Amino acid sequence: MTPPYQKMNASEILELYFIENRARLLDIASFLDRIDRYEGAEEARDDFRYRALRQALELVQKPGPGRTAAIQLCFSDPTSEPIASALGLKAFGAFEGGTP
Amino acid sequence: MKAIDPHIHMSSRTTDDYLKLAISGIHTVIEPAFWAGFDRSSAASFRDYFHLISVTEPARAARFGVKHYCWIGLNSKEAEDLKLSEEVLALLPEFLDRPTALGIGEVGLNKNSRNEIRVLEQHLDLAVKRNELLLIHTPHLEDKLKGTRIIMDMILAKPALDPGRVLIDHAEEHTIREIKENGFWFGLTLYPNSKGSPERAIDAVELYGTERLCINSSADWSVSDPLSILKCANEMRRRGYPETDINRVFYENPKTFLSQCPKFQAA
Repeated sequence: MTPPYQKMNASEILELYFIENRARLLDIASFLDRIDRYEGAEEARDDFRYRALRQALELVQKPGPGRTAAIQLCFSDPTSEPIASALGLKAFGAFEGGTP
Repeated sequence: MKAIDPHIHMSSRTTDDYLKLAISGIHTVIEPAFWAGFDRSSAASFRDYFHLISVTEPARAARFGVKHYCWIGLNSKEAEDLKLSEEVLALLPEFLDRPTALGIGEVGLNKNSRNEIRVLEQHLDLAVKRNELLLIHTPHLEDKLKGTRIIMDMILAKPALDPGRVLIDHAEEHTIREIKENGFWFGLTLYPNSKGSPERAIDAVELYGTERLCINSSADWSVSDPLSILKCANEMRRRGYPETDINRVFYENPKTFLSQCPKFQAA
């Protein structure tokens, strides 16, 4: 970094990004509340995507770096074999069978 | 500032977007051949599409002082039909010869199926035969890690393909390290809802450095933003990075990678 540019410190990063990330967290909480409020909540909570999201939220709380990559891995297909056919398939955002 | 968007689907955008690009400093764009939002019914439909991105779009862009280049290939989402794939692959050399075509792309995998792999293999063989640059599409979401690894294994199994002439696109936090360690270029895509944000892209710059990195909007017919690379540049600026670093990421890097094709001239 060449002056007059100064690399920010962690407190400045907190100051710059706190409000927008507070809002993002409230969006997630509101999304989970919405599922609870609607008919069929139990079924939705049993969906592999919901379970993967809950697992990812636990990873958010882990200390240290690497949370983002860990969450990406938690949503990913860990297998290595090609599938027989892609006909009619789409991506869901979480791997079915990825969470117990 | 001056910037290059190395991956943007202008044929899906309005003419007004060309004006926005021009007045904002994005004077060079590259459009990869991709899935048009529906499955095409014949090779003739692909022929028309390749003409659109190699002739019509450069002319539309030129009216606004924007240079438009393209990548030619069969996207992986339409590669499941092997008969159609054979017919489309047979068209590619004619369009790769066009003066605005920089190489083969975006080709890769979508759901990591056997047919997708077979068609990608044929694209790689064509790249070897013609010494073409490659733009690789990696799968979305849960399929990305597995697909990226399969693709890298396939390319590395062909010694005639130089990883320095291959850009593996739509990389994310769980794939960047392996892509870089294997010597490839990597692309980060900024998509408002489903891919990376400017904040995460600049986090990746901080973690992995500016070397062999290109950042793109991939703006198309879906929720996307043709000016997102400038918003990402501004994210780098507000963290205190000097303009020389910002210029490297958003102009010099794509220029360096793309200049490996002698047809490319950045505006």
